[in-house]
Amino acid sequence: MKPGSRGRPWALSAPALLLFVVLLMVPLVMTFILSFHSFSFYGGIAPTFSLENYAEVLGDSYFYEIFGRTFAIALATTVICAVVGLPQAYFLSRMRPFWRSVMILVVLGPLLISVVVRTLGWAILLGNKGVINTALRDIGLITSPIRMMYTSGGIVLALVHVMVPFMILAIWAALQRQDPATEAAAESLGARPFTIFRRIVLPQAMPGVLSGSLIVFSLSASAFATPAILGGRRVKVVSTTVYDEFLNTLNWPLGAAIAILLLVSVLTIMLAWNKLVEKRFAGVFE
Amino acid sequence: MRHNGPFAKIFSVVFAAFMLAPLVVVIGVSFTPEGFLEFPPSAISLRWFRAILDNPDFIEAAWISLKLGVASATVSSVLAVPAALAIGRGRFAGRDALQALFLSPLTVPTVVLGIAFLRFLTVFGANGTFAGLMFCHAIIIMPFILRLVLASVTGLDRSTEQAAVSLGASDWTVFRRVTLPAILPGVIGGWVLAFITSFDELTVTVFIVSPTTTTLPVRLFSHITQTTDPLVASISTVAILFTVGLMFLVDRIYGLDRLLIGEGSR
Amino acid sequence: MPFLELSGLTKRFGDVTAVDDFSLAVEKGEFVSLLGPSGCGKTTTLQMIAGFEQPSSGHITLNGRRLDEVPARQRGLGIVFQTYALFPHMTVEENVAFGLEMRGIGRQDRKRKVAAALDLVHLSNLSARYPRAMSGGQRQRVALARALVIEPELLLLDEPLSNLDAKLREEMQLELRRIQQEAGVTTLLVTHDQNEAMALSDRVAVMHHGRLMQEETPFHVYENPKSSFISTFLGKTNSLAATVVKTDEAGSVLACNGMELKGPAAHHLPGPVTLSLRPERIEIVEENEAVLSGTVIERIFLGDQWLFRIETPLGPLLVVRRNRGLREPEHGEAVHLAWTPEHLRVLPAEEGAA
Ligand SMILES: Nc1ncnc2c1ncn2[C@@H]1O[C@H](COP(=O)(O)OP(=O)(O)OP(=O)(O)O)[C@@H](O)[C@H]1O
Ligand SMILES: [Mg+2]
Repeated sequence: MKPGSRGRPWALSAPALLLFVVLLMVPLVMTFILSFHSFSFYGGIAPTFSLENYAEVLGDSYFYEIFGRTFAIALATTVICAVVGLPQAYFLSRMRPFWRSVMILVVLGPLLISVVVRTLGWAILLGNKGVINTALRDIGLITSPIRMMYTSGGIVLALVHVMVPFMILAIWAALQRQDPATEAAAESLGARPFTIFRRIVLPQAMPGVLSGSLIVFSLSASAFATPAILGGRRVKVVSTTVYDEFLNTLNWPLGAAIAILLLVSVLTIMLAWNKLVEKRFAGVFE
Repeated sequence: MRHNGPFAKIFSVVFAAFMLAPLVVVIGVSFTPEGFLEFPPSAISLRWFRAILDNPDFIEAAWISLKLGVASATVSSVLAVPAALAIGRGRFAGRDALQALFLSPLTVPTVVLGIAFLRFLTVFGANGTFAGLMFCHAIIIMPFILRLVLASVTGLDRSTEQAAVSLGASDWTVFRRVTLPAILPGVIGGWVLAFITSFDELTVTVFIVSPTTTTLPVRLFSHITQTTDPLVASISTVAILFTVGLMFLVDRIYGLDRLLIGEGSR
Repeated sequence: MPFLELSGLTKRFGDVTAVDDFSLAVEKGEFVSLLGPSGCGKTTTLQMIAGFEQPSSGHITLNGRRLDEVPARQRGLGIVFQTYALFPHMTVEENVAFGLEMRGIGRQDRKRKVAAALDLVHLSNLSARYPRAMSGGQRQRVALARALVIEPELLLLDEPLSNLDAKLREEMQLELRRIQQEAGVTTLLVTHDQNEAMALSDRVAVMHHGRLMQEETPFHVYENPKSSFISTFLGKTNSLAATVVKTDEAGSVLACNGMELKGPAAHHLPGPVTLSLRPERIEIVEENEAVLSGTVIERIFLGDQWLFRIETPLGPLLVVRRNRGLREPEHGEAVHLAWTPEHLRVLPAEEGAA
């Protein structure tokens, strides 16, 4: 606040910075180094330096399958969240204040409830003897249960539940920036409701959809609790694989290598996505 | 302002049902008198709520989660407020990098954070300690506090501080009497959001707990991966009610819309 | 039959009556302003004509066609919104073309009409810009072009100039008048700015609490306000509470604050009235010609004129004089005032008129 106190912002940030350097940057570097160490079942971790862990992951179709499944699940979750979240955010913005408050609570409230608890709910719903299958059998629609637990589809469904609030938040923010009179203007110029949505609302909401997709994709790609509970050992994703390597097989170097690959691929996708978005919208929106 | 048509209304109702279904099911199942999962329950019974009392593991875990949430949210707030003041108003070299660093726990996959903390704490022999957990949580929840406090800092009218200075207040007095009261709602909102995040955290915590510091989500998780019985449902129901209570409290203090949506909502 | 006719238009929001039994007729090609203080129901009236609000009762006829059942998108009106409501993701050209597209007009025709509309508002060189990269005045003209290009039967303008600074606003007033006359389109303008209403319109309709108070040419409304509300809302005035002592064809005698004043013939029977006396009609004269005398208690220089506040036996009076570059009375100076009795307006007494 005094003019000339140059170091002030750094002094103010110093305690937080210290914590982040010591307890975030150092551990991440240590993990990176760990991924080059070797592991044997009897000898444990040996501080060597080799690329064998990366070679193992990149040379084994088993891991390709896991990475492929992880990103497929993340992509499906993202697409569904966008397709469902966009109209819902739009409808939300047009609700009367009372219903809007209620709906915000319903849509966003679950964000504050533990993912473990929410996934438990899905496990109860999706099981072979779960609520959905029982109900369908009781009304005679099916005779043998539909398998939903331990499938990628079940994981996607539960992940959509976990992630869609983030998408709606992002789109909502974009819609808030829109001048509601633009819709009235389009209507006065002769546009039908669907045309207004497609030509006026959608393009203005697009930055929100794209930034929401970014969040949802990266969170889904690294989600742990939901695939662990609903997928178990049968439908493995990257994060559950890392968990197993660390806490069951105890092959930390391999687990670290898988984790680093996850980190790198998620960051790469996010950066590429950002670039794309920036190029597309340069100059149109602030 | 135009209003929604029938399609929009049906869509919203279906969507709300989708969002509420898993919670309703968990709560419903927890009232069953039977020994297995059953929905809707054939009768209403508190059997599985009484059963919680016979499982001191869970109660102990809930205590640890509570203490951990309060401690880490407080530590994180104390660090985040000055950092937000620096970032929110200064134009200095490295500002963007600093902000990116403090927000990075949101972008780094949580499993990666979990194993990084595990590696670090093991090397320094602090794995499984409460202090280790607390500082790790403080890092993970920092972005939530920082974002809310930053929003209040940037919304702050600097001329009120300048007025205080012109009236002869010292820097510390300005902070205590003018700045802090103005950003306090943001700090409290951020603290609560951080507390809830810490209280619910699983992915990082599962790597760095010891049997004596197991938190509620971790205990629930390991229980669920082995068996799903009405006990986890009743514990989850208690957790849901606790969160709902907290939400009402926040709504009173800060406004839930504002907490969840940010400054955009009016 | 008038081109646009509003009859008995009423709009209630719960127990608020925003527009109350509002009737107005507008002729083809006319420029009419709806003038009134904030919250008097101007926007609501416009929204009902546009079709964005449903009237609680009353109806709207345009060119012999009842609009009640016609949805907003089929009314074919040109609307300029207060915020302009330009589509931020479309260029100027795309913005203007949107309405033509909705009408299914072919590419070639569209191009030609858009070019003509942009030419009309002098923006041909900026057609590829996005709205964000434009000034307030330019955006305003894009909005106008977008509304005019569909060749609307009626142009509705909701405070189109209120977001502009004073200088630009004056420029745009002239522009708006020129464009409206060139396009020859019937226009209804909503504003709370009396100068804007008087400068632009053929007729002014003054609104208050959702009701129509008076509608005539700006000159007529200014000179012959029907109520003291209108006289204070349109221009400055001195409002004085008085009583009609007697009145006949030759004129009236009015008692005001213990003085007897001569006034024009009043229709009001002996009884309480409000007098309105425009500050520019009061002259500073020699003592022997004076109606009354007073002391200058405040004087403000406004560039082209001086504004005085003068303490008199009638109470403080505002007086405006053209600046002729000569010495003017100073603070504390005694002055003598006079006016012709015809310039006093005798209006119904109203509470709230000071
Ligand atoms: N949707 C609504 N619900 C309830 N009351 C409303 C609504 N819209 C307008 N009103 C009320 O109706 C009255 C007239 O509002 P309107 O917007 O027409 O005023 P206005 O003359 O355009 O004012 P301004 O000059 O401030 O724009 C106001 O008292 C307003 O509060
Ligand atoms: Mg208005």
